[in-house]
Amino acid sequence: MNNKEIISIKNLQKHYIVGEETIKALNGIDLSVKKGEFLAIMGTSGSGKSTLLNILGCLDLPTEGDYFLDGENIKSLNRNQLADIRNQKLGFVFQSYNLLPRTSALENVELPLLYNPLVSNAERKEKAEQALIAVGLKDRMKHLSNQMSGGQQQRVAIARSMVNSPVVIFADEATGNLDTRTSYEIMALFQELNDKGMTICFVTHEADIADFTKRNVVFRDGQIIKDRIIENSKNALEALSQVNENKDEFEY
Amino acid sequence: MKFINLIKIALAAIIRNKMRSFLTMLGIVIGVAAVISMLAIGYGSNASIRETISSMGTNLINVKPASQNRGGVNQGRSASPTLFAEDVTFLKNNSTLTDAISPEMDGSGQIVYGSNNWPTTVYSGNEDYPFIKKYEIATGRIYTTKEIKTAAKVCLVGQTVIENIFSDDEDPIGKTIRFNNIPFKVIGTLKEKGDNTFGQDQDDMILAPYTTVMKRLFRQTFLRAIVISAKSEDQITETSAEISELLRLSHKLKDSEEDDFEIRTQDELISNFGSISEMMLVLLGSIAAISLVVGGIGIMNIMYVSVTERTREIGLRMAIGGKGKDILKQFLLEAMLLSVLGGVIGVVLGIVSSSIVENALGWPVLVTTKSILLSFLFCTFIGIFFGWYPARKASALNPIEALRHE
Repeated sequence: MNNKEIISIKNLQKHYIVGEETIKALNGIDLSVKKGEFLAIMGTSGSGKSTLLNILGCLDLPTEGDYFLDGENIKSLNRNQLADIRNQKLGFVFQSYNLLPRTSALENVELPLLYNPLVSNAERKEKAEQALIAVGLKDRMKHLSNQMSGGQQQRVAIARSMVNSPVVIFADEATGNLDTRTSYEIMALFQELNDKGMTICFVTHEADIADFTKRNVVFRDGQIIKDRIIENSKNALEALSQVNENKDEFEY
Repeated sequence: MKFINLIKIALAAIIRNKMRSFLTMLGIVIGVAAVISMLAIGYGSNASIRETISSMGTNLINVKPASQNRGGVNQGRSASPTLFAEDVTFLKNNSTLTDAISPEMDGSGQIVYGSNNWPTTVYSGNEDYPFIKKYEIATGRIYTTKEIKTAAKVCLVGQTVIENIFSDDEDPIGKTIRFNNIPFKVIGTLKEKGDNTFGQDQDDMILAPYTTVMKRLFRQTFLRAIVISAKSEDQITETSAEISELLRLSHKLKDSEEDDFEIRTQDELISNFGSISEMMLVLLGSIAAISLVVGGIGIMNIMYVSVTERTREIGLRMAIGGKGKDILKQFLLEAMLLSVLGGVIGVVLGIVSSSIVENALGWPVLVTTKSILLSFLFCTFIGIFFGWYPARKASALNPIEALRHE
């Protein structure tokens, strides 16, 4: 079961035509992600990692090549079918949280289930509450998004990404707007989710953050230049306690 | 997405921006209130005109002389001598569909009694005249056939005249009043009728035999009009046709000649005044409708701003599974809700302002279900029409770009 292939892409190409020039944003990518993996997609800006994430997240279609998500070939789907896939199989966490302003945490987490007509009102509320408990926001369900700190907002966003029990969560620079301490807290949360079996694809350009994952895939100029398994990935909770110790040292 | 959830989302968005939503709705509120109250005033005056005309008797038929041209100068209808007492006799002898026929003659003058005087109008006819014109006798009697034949100087007086020339405890019957210097003996009084819609006091009059008025007062041989009461309201059209035929016969008109008289029924009067008040109604209604359209443009404007402002929200909704049609429905419903909520407030405000007009100005108003329904339909239409384009724009956004929107 653990070896089930969630993502499988073969010779993936994405071309953009700018003027008369064809830019190959992705140039022949092969990647396979199995259930339970914690993957960091790394690279400098312009390396193609965002383009890949858009395709993996079913927001965009490849120019050439096949993409199988949970056994389904994405290439043959239309706009509405892609929306259904995103709704039922994927979770997204963004750099800038993207919560609805002046809306409670609970309502924000309920949002993906609102677009699924098969989920009843009671079921929706229950799932959202469970997701918020799982990210440690049990006491803040009724708080409005704009009354929360960045870290709390990102936790709400993570709860929202997992509320529909997705096959994979995509996080796009999810710690980019947070300070080191809060970043580690969020990474600890991701590690905890991963320990419970959640497959996570984490896009980042910070090597420091990538160290918390189990596999690093590095991009340059639309190609994978490095794909390695991290044997002894750092534990975010330990890193967090070290940060706290350092902080204590500075506090005379 | 379930419809009820859509409504919740749209309502939440409206409540989130209370002040903006209220200001947006204000255009629709004012528009609907204007439509409701304008139509209420229009319908009210229309209904009141109809009531007045009907109270004159719906089986009443008026025959007046047709206006005539002499040497290219239109003489108007009162100066045309085409209707005579003989016509009345001829109609009486030959008509089968009429109940009562009377000549009519009227004119204004000054009444003098003792030291009091008062300007008024004298109406005159035969003994059937009060019946045809729905005048009722309060005290005394109507003039007799003999008095008509001899052009007796007798009259009945209306309540306004009584108030102005007689003292409070004085019985007018038996007194002699002078109208344009001709002495008239008062033989009866008329019951109060009140003002009609056109503000005319229907009690400011005296009633006398037509012979007296024609020969002694105005020295005129032709009639102002012939008034006829048809046997049945349903046969008004047939009765008018019969009168027309008989009068042509009486006037010995050839087929090629036009009628030298005009027949008017109350129905025609109603429809004539009706068309005037309908014109007013359309005028008032369209001014109000313009304000509704302006309100609609306000909604469109705000929805546009809203779509731009909430581009990231739209991107997020798409990323987590919202389809284009979900986004379209959401924004369309938001525009419709704004518009319909504005409509509800507008209807209430319209009803309130109509009753203020009724109480403060004394104008007759009539709020009809039709005008309420009309405004509601119009509001919904405006919501859809002006909400469509911004909603369409929102639903066509590319989620990748929308998510990156700053």
